Amino acid sequence: MSVNTAPRVDLAVVADMIEPRSRVLDVGSGDGELLELLQTDKQVDGRGLELSQRGVNECVARGLSVIQGDADRDLGFYPDKGFDYVILSQTLQATRNPKTVLDELLRIGDRAIVSFPNFGHWRVRLSLLFKGRMPVTKDLPYSWYDTPNIHFCTIRDFVNLCDEVGAKVESAAALDGNGQKIGFSMPWWFWNMFGQQAVFLLKR
Amino acid sequence: MAARIARKAYDEANAPTSLVMRFGPDEPLHLDAGVDLAPFQIAYQTYGTLNEARSNAILVCHALTGDQHVANANPVTGKPGWWEVLIGPGKIIDTNRFFVICSNVIGGCLGSTGPASTNPSTGKPYGLDLPVITIRDMVRAQVMLVDKLGIDRLFSVVGGSMGGMQVLEWASSYPERVFSALPIATGARHSSQNIAFHEVGRQAVMADPDWCGGKYIEAGSRPEKGLAVARMAAHITYLSEAALHRKFGRNLQDRESLTFGFDADFQIESYLRHQGMSFVDRFDANSYLYMTRAMDYFDLAADHGGRLADAFRNTQTRFCLVSFTSDWLFPTEESRSVVHALNAAGASVSFVEIETDRGHDAFLLDEPEFFAAVNGFLRSAAKARGLEIG
Repeated sequence: MSVNTAPRVDLAVVADMIEPRSRVLDVGSGDGELLELLQTDKQVDGRGLELSQRGVNECVARGLSVIQGDADRDLGFYPDKGFDYVILSQTLQATRNPKTVLDELLRIGDRAIVSFPNFGHWRVRLSLLFKGRMPVTKDLPYSWYDTPNIHFCTIRDFVNLCDEVGAKVESAAALDGNGQKIGFSMPWWFWNMFGQQAVFLLKR
Repeated sequence: MAARIARKAYDEANAPTSLVMRFGPDEPLHLDAGVDLAPFQIAYQTYGTLNEARSNAILVCHALTGDQHVANANPVTGKPGWWEVLIGPGKIIDTNRFFVICSNVIGGCLGSTGPASTNPSTGKPYGLDLPVITIRDMVRAQVMLVDKLGIDRLFSVVGGSMGGMQVLEWASSYPERVFSALPIATGARHSSQNIAFHEVGRQAVMADPDWCGGKYIEAGSRPEKGLAVARMAAHITYLSEAALHRKFGRNLQDRESLTFGFDADFQIESYLRHQGMSFVDRFDANSYLYMTRAMDYFDLAADHGGRLADAFRNTQTRFCLVSFTSDWLFPTEESRSVVHALNAAGASVSFVEIETDRGHDAFLLDEPEFFAAVNGFLRSAAKARGLEIG
């Protein structure tokens, strides 16, 4: 379900937001890189949900508790507040119903951590403005016709969605292409222009 | 040859070449049917050594027509143990590290008390006088065996198909005694379609005049034809359309053209006949009735007020479920509903669906992705249990 082939530069930032020894559900756990990192460095009790069979098999072979499933379909089977954190890394834009999914994350987890590629980044804007074509970048490597990313949003769009579902932003970071945070306390418009990715810690 | 093997199978039912645990009149097995079975016996095999902490025991539960000879040559057929691809020294379930136990289920026919066993109160074979056995009864008997072996907590309970049902029953009824559970190609209940297939099989057995109302042993006969037909029908459900086509297609059996008769013109016919005939040599017809009934009766959710999640409430057991894409006897959805229930119960659960065209029987075959998942799961569980892992 972590559908982008670009390296998950957000991992370190996500890991930073998590308290040691907490209960974590990673939705879209891919090959298990983040879960393994969290188990090793933060001793979390980690679980994963992953769409691709290959990803699940790799995770289980690595000894992680991961099940095959779909964020759009299977989150409803988790109990309320069963986890301290529910992570949705690089997957929101590939879900059919991002709003429902975000709602579910906040129901299942005490906190939700969401990261996504920012469609408001200046390169994306320029590409559309000057080339007149859907952008294909390192973070967004697919052509429009074969992309799994069906619900792109900008950082500002996402902040609006958080308002709509009643989620409070506890902390947020915009990242450059190397996963480095760009300037603390910058205004949203700056992050929206220069952040390639965004990571949000939410609570409701 | 066939008669000799059949004779051997009958001998095994009463005097097995296995370890046998005997339970006297004062140690009855309480059956779901509401009666006690006593005395009774369990035939079992073990592999490897129980460690000092008694923490490395794995119980393997066999499927419908399986037996306790999971990792040694079968004394009846002479064939390798049914899970030797998975279990043995240096294998995924490494008997150099784990103490593996596999017992013949109650109601079976390879040495545990079943319909072919002698009823001590009559001196004759039980036949249909044996009460109907359930999956829970099988597990209760296994618990009594494990008690006798002095094991409080099993490191893992592993099994496929009917064996997987036993795994789920163990985890549900004795959660504190199961550190990890590996239910494979199974479900929390038998579906209507599966009951239907079993009914076809039972009717085939009972329609054979040699079945003699279940008293064929006393009558000196055997319902070979009926049991063979039952096996033929069941065997189709263990495979997949794609695998059958790949293996047999419409190929003819030892002939150039159709005979315009009812011989086995097609390879698939010949294959099924062979499967049917070799099965009757090693399996007791009444036992087949009991085993299929046990599976039909299994419905774990119904035992918990209709809510499957309640079967696993507060469980600390680590689960890994495995299904196979082409399995239409226990399709992936059956495993997935168990996974959803375990999620709802907050359990630690992994679930992999293995891509294969080999149908339900894939769990008995060499499937590298399946083995990798089992290996990863058992290794991480062993680490969590503080067992030495190689």
